[in-house]
Amino acid sequence: MSTRPAPAVSPDVSPMVSMDMITKTFPGVKALDEVKLDLYPGQVTALVGENGAGKSTTVKILTGIYQPNGGTIRIDGEPISFASPNDAAKAGITAIHQETVLFDELSVAENIYIGHAPRTRFGLIDTAQMHRNAGKLLADIGAPFSSHTQLRDLGIASKHLVAIARALSVDARVVIMDEPTAALSHKEIEELYELVETLKSQGKAILFISHKFDEIFRIADRYTVFRDGAFVGDGRISDISEGELVTMMVGRSVDQIFPQSDHDIGEEVLRVVGYDHPTEFADIGFTLNCGEILGFYGLVGAGRSEFMQALFGITKPSKGVCLVNGDIKVIRSPADAVSNGIVYVPEDRGKQGAIIGLPIFQNITLPSLGKTSRSGFLKLAEEFKLAREYSQRLDLRAAALDQDVGNLSGGNQQKVVIAKWLATQPQVIILDEPTKGIDIGSKAAVHEFMSELAAQGLSVIMVSSEIPEIIGMSDRVIVMRDGRIAAELSKGELSPETLVRHAAGITSSTEGAAA
Amino acid sequence: MTDATQTRHVPDHLNSRATRIFKSWEALLLAVAIAIFVINSFASPYFLSAWNLSDATFNFTEKAMIAFAMALLIISGEIDLSVASIIALSSTAMGLALQYGAGTPELVMIGLTVGLLCGAFNGFFVTVLGLPSIVVTIGTMSLFRGISYIILGDDAFRGYPASFSWFGQGYIYWVFTVEMLLFVIIAIIYGVLLHKTNFGRAVYAIGNNPTGALFSGIRVARVKFILFLLTGLMSGIAAVCLTSRLGSTRPSIATGMELEVVTMVVLGGVNILGGSGTIPGVVIAAFVMGLVTFGLGLLNVPGIVMSIFIGLLLIGVIALPRLWAMAAAGRKA
Repeated sequence: MSTRPAPAVSPDVSPMVSMDMITKTFPGVKALDEVKLDLYPGQVTALVGENGAGKSTTVKILTGIYQPNGGTIRIDGEPISFASPNDAAKAGITAIHQETVLFDELSVAENIYIGHAPRTRFGLIDTAQMHRNAGKLLADIGAPFSSHTQLRDLGIASKHLVAIARALSVDARVVIMDEPTAALSHKEIEELYELVETLKSQGKAILFISHKFDEIFRIADRYTVFRDGAFVGDGRISDISEGELVTMMVGRSVDQIFPQSDHDIGEEVLRVVGYDHPTEFADIGFTLNCGEILGFYGLVGAGRSEFMQALFGITKPSKGVCLVNGDIKVIRSPADAVSNGIVYVPEDRGKQGAIIGLPIFQNITLPSLGKTSRSGFLKLAEEFKLAREYSQRLDLRAAALDQDVGNLSGGNQQKVVIAKWLATQPQVIILDEPTKGIDIGSKAAVHEFMSELAAQGLSVIMVSSEIPEIIGMSDRVIVMRDGRIAAELSKGELSPETLVRHAAGITSSTEGAAA
Repeated sequence: MTDATQTRHVPDHLNSRATRIFKSWEALLLAVAIAIFVINSFASPYFLSAWNLSDATFNFTEKAMIAFAMALLIISGEIDLSVASIIALSSTAMGLALQYGAGTPELVMIGLTVGLLCGAFNGFFVTVLGLPSIVVTIGTMSLFRGISYIILGDDAFRGYPASFSWFGQGYIYWVFTVEMLLFVIIAIIYGVLLHKTNFGRAVYAIGNNPTGALFSGIRVARVKFILFLLTGLMSGIAAVCLTSRLGSTRPSIATGMELEVVTMVVLGGVNILGGSGTIPGVVIAAFVMGLVTFGLGLLNVPGIVMSIFIGLLLIGVIALPRLWAMAAAGRKA
């Protein structure tokens, strides 16, 4: 290809990939309605939209996982259709997915070259060549591990680098990045930006999906906005402001201020004393009051989720006491936790939260069946009543309550999980990264809802890695580091700098604020 | 698109009740059953006789009793391949007790207890130790039958009391057998258990996402353990019926029955990977298998050809909806 290095955004470049009038329907849902999307060589196009706007569906169509019901895809002006992911790969389209699919039991090199490993002349995999190539790719992207490493020994950020290396190992012309920075630290994100610049200079067309606006304005050249499965507009990033983009995305102006916390904090509801675990955490103790939002901040791997799962009875702490309303409670299983009014909205929505395959209403009523049934026998009318009530309260968007929860977008699945727990009328709700990977509009709704719940006297524990969210929402914050409580901060003491210092264990305030 | 600020009303159902029933697997299977019935009645003049049809039900009643429990187990994402061996062990235990002068009530109690114990044994390894059920029950399949062979060798226990033969050879009224009655009662119990109770809902939840079910406060291990107990108990009941019908116990009793039971469950529309399936589906599948075997038997088709037929039927019925969908997609493209 004869592309100039790092071309400036010029309007006369014709698109490398062009999607036109693309429609995709699922039973009961029109996921995409005649949308258009153009990707230009050597440019980054940001695809912007709320959860359920159709971004993931678009990616799946571009990578051949879904076949559209209508519309055309052109590459270099030639119409093309992908019958399978393999066809899309052959056309030079590669994707780094939101939830990366990698193989824990294989080595890094095998993960990178799975499906297209270099062959010897006998048709066997040329292991030596594969490791040489993989090593070079890893060096290019600055990965600090060898191609021989077993994937399961790597952390989540390193796994992401493997996924990127895999995307680069095929001679891709189009690179799709679906929320590539979600699991990365500040430093890793900077490295990713450099990588994107390299890809641009090689003339690749990049589709960048992100909910973070600073990121979009930092690296994108163009934008395309979808809303509720329909195309809203596109153009050059330099021609639009952040506010205008948000308005296009949500169809209304969203004030990004956190809800005013005017809830009263009452008596102690939960007291945790000396929770220990052989490997994950030690000596965790705190109290939680009625109507309080208690934030848990820390770096990835600080042991916050592990502790929450122990509190919820999934894992067993080796030591520790938990008091609910002043009485010692033994929590050996989630069922025990639920019956004591403690519920947990997990971070891993697809695996631990929603039960995909079951209808929405059955997901919502699952922990409340004791209430909606009579002596063990189901009462469907009661179940629908409960499901209707809570789906309305959370403004659930679905075709019907007996639809498989798997057909919903991520944000709506999260609403189903929250509805499921609210329907049990808990005392304490633990929200683990409740707004991770969801868009600004849904985020504001979740925040609004959280302060509503607190105002109604529910106690909320919010695990979050987002500093603005922690500061904006919490009445009190516990910072965890290496499995221990590093600090407990009252609302007045909260600042981004303090949080990061405690989380990273930095005593002087001058260095390494972004660990 | 609705305005986002309005409260949305989400309807309860996507399709009408009639559409849901019409599009169901059970409807397709029922059509197959009727077709087989019609073909059979043309193929053999002996088919449409009340007594012959009554005899035909022995082809499936014992297997179906186990199949109902197995359906729940498979929906929950587990399997029990030791059921036929449980029958052997249970029958051997009854035969042994007979040598010490046990009467009919004691024999039945022993048969059922051995079934329950075997189920508990399987359930312990799967739910307490967390081992995969397919491996555990392949192991116990050999183990249980092996014990029977050690006890019996080439011998057989005979001489069951006359009153014991009631279970497998008795009639309630006219052509209706005791086994038929048991089949109907058990079908109703399992239908209600799976479709109308909280327990049944937990079974579906576990089959679709065991982690999610655990995180939703369901006692996953307890539910699975109960399912293994039930499968063991049903194998015990089948052992009583089969031993009573044959009037003797050999260690080779019910050999290969586990696969026929699994076939019946899968033919009934239960997803072998768990998560979906219904009891009415298994009931119809039981009739389909019974009718095919009986019809072919009347035409003097040898057993080996019969098993080829059952195999083809299973693959055919399972592939049909998929082929249908592919054809529909092909027309559109």
